Amino acid sequence: MKIHEYQAKEILRRYGVATPRGRVAADAAEARAIAEEFGGRAVVKAQIHAGGRGKGGGVKLAKSADEAERAAARILGMQLVTPQTGPEGQTVRRVLVEEAVDVARELYLAITLDRAAVKPLVMASASGGMEIEEVAARDPQAIVRRHFDPHLGLLPFQARAVTAGLGLEGKTARQAEKLLAALARAFLDTDASLAEINPLLVTGGGDVLALDAKMSFDDNALFRHPDVKEMRDLAEEDPLEVEASKHSLNYVKLDGSIGCMVNGAGLAMATMDIIKLYGAEPANFLDVGGSASQEAVKNAFRILISDRHVKAVLINIFGGIARTDRIARGVIGAIEELGGIDVPVVVRLEGTNVEEARRLLAEADFEFIVAAHMADAAEKVVAAAGKGGQ
Amino acid sequence: MAIWVNDSTRLLVQGITGKEGEFHALGCRDYGTRVVAGVTPGKGGQEVFGIPVFDTVAAARERTGCNASMIFVPPPFAADAIMEAADAGVELIVCITEGIPVGDMLKVKAFMRDRPSRLIGPNCPGIISPGMAKIGIMPGHIHAPGKVGVVSRSGTLTYEAVWQLTNAGLGQSTCVGIGGDPVNGTSFIDVLAAFAADGDTAGVIMIGEIGGSAEEEAAAWVRESFDRPVVGFIAGRTAPPGRRMGHAGAIVSGGKGTAAAKMEAMRDAGIHVVESPAELGAAMAKALG
Repeated sequence: MKIHEYQAKEILRRYGVATPRGRVAADAAEARAIAEEFGGRAVVKAQIHAGGRGKGGGVKLAKSADEAERAAARILGMQLVTPQTGPEGQTVRRVLVEEAVDVARELYLAITLDRAAVKPLVMASASGGMEIEEVAARDPQAIVRRHFDPHLGLLPFQARAVTAGLGLEGKTARQAEKLLAALARAFLDTDASLAEINPLLVTGGGDVLALDAKMSFDDNALFRHPDVKEMRDLAEEDPLEVEASKHSLNYVKLDGSIGCMVNGAGLAMATMDIIKLYGAEPANFLDVGGSASQEAVKNAFRILISDRHVKAVLINIFGGIARTDRIARGVIGAIEELGGIDVPVVVRLEGTNVEEARRLLAEADFEFIVAAHMADAAEKVVAAAGKGGQ
Repeated sequence: MAIWVNDSTRLLVQGITGKEGEFHALGCRDYGTRVVAGVTPGKGGQEVFGIPVFDTVAAARERTGCNASMIFVPPPFAADAIMEAADAGVELIVCITEGIPVGDMLKVKAFMRDRPSRLIGPNCPGIISPGMAKIGIMPGHIHAPGKVGVVSRSGTLTYEAVWQLTNAGLGQSTCVGIGGDPVNGTSFIDVLAAFAADGDTAGVIMIGEIGGSAEEEAAAWVRESFDRPVVGFIAGRTAPPGRRMGHAGAIVSGGKGTAAAKMEAMRDAGIHVVESPAELGAAMAKALG
């Protein structure tokens, strides 16, 4: 789960990470009032989950409260397009108004889980403000990397190794070590999957501040962090994906025309891949769960067909323990309950009682296209979508 | 022959009094696995269709000599269940549970570092040696005894591969689902090394997916140390970067973990990589001649 910058800073401040003073505002008058508290000079920052906000015009420096108000008025409600949002952009609903601080140096600091090492990893670089992937591609040596034990936490000597690697000295180094230790505690305590400060700022006076902050969390651990879970912003997510998650369906919206309904994540990805191999594009990833119950199939159908780009649907279910005749009855029942569907549906079922399942599909009122195996299914659904499109 | 699971497997089911635990305990028993015990804290002394239930794994092990465990405990308590089984010395621990926090798995990995138990999973379908025994939720009837080893991060996609093999007349020695989570107990390399030591495994199907670097590491290992044919597939070529595709571990992040890079690493190692998941069985038949 992702959260906004202002929320990440709220969490990090609790652990002792220093940030510029600031608050979030939902309208321009509020933004003005906040800027006035800082004597007028303020930075107004669009709050959306995607990065690259500055490039899209979502971050403005204001020299007075008037300017802050105007900047907020311009940013709030805008459809902000960044390299990470996609071409349609994301609506800005809140701005963070922060005191403007003077910048001597910008650094990069992040903690993430290194899957291969099975340990958290600190990454730091002297090239703040740049994406870390960019730095890694250009000059991998410029990234300071340091693993730490998740159960011991980040030890002081490890923090010192990071600041030394960045070439920090004196007061600045000590402050950065303190900030890094706080970041590590926040990362571990909240079951974060990423805690990133980019840029980490060194002021003219040598103080260290988190100018930007990004955190994301392990969805599987949210049950023990109700305060973090409350920070979820559904407006930032695709409405169909939100709807799917309410029904415990794993759905990811894509750009193609073939709706997919599959049981199991691996088979669902493989089904998308084979559709592409046969010359069409998948409209989505959808895992209906191992048992593919009638209720799950019905909800999945409702979500699939509300995507107007879907020209045909492919159901690919490997029955496993569940009997395929029951799954077939569920699929037929779901379509009946929905009062029919106006796109062709190709069904491939495998598992126990498959002859009975195919007979049920053949005799149903709705005209299913029955496929014998996965390649057959891909071929048939691509053909069916082609016809529907003409 | 087979790896890790065979006729001498004596299975314990942790979480046996739950709906899933009971259903699959009986499924394993029906397949021929000796299911000797169950554990649910607070329910010791009960029986589930003739299987005695104990309060602790230690008690179950002492009384029944169980040497393997299958775990159906809900996510918040699953890590504890794994560590309890390891502490009791259970040799093979298969965790089916999906949704265990990564932080909990880091604890499990640390706890198991100096203990001899093997963990398969979590978030996996389990392991089966066709004709001998199964520990897991996979449909037994699609399998056939034979000489092809299967290792996969997926569940139903593994069934798909197995079904293609069986239809092509190729039975399986052992099929291992290592699970779809970013941190798991048994790696591709662990399974491949066990297959290498098993004289009756003639070739291996390896099914990976986007995310992480386990497939690249396995490919490098195959190049150096494995001389039998390997057929491979990577799911998720069409997955958009930065999006998690169902499995907690299936995500391309920062340009790392793409299907293209994994397929390339596998090809470089001499693995027969198929473009279509429908061609796994045929490719194995061809590779074995």
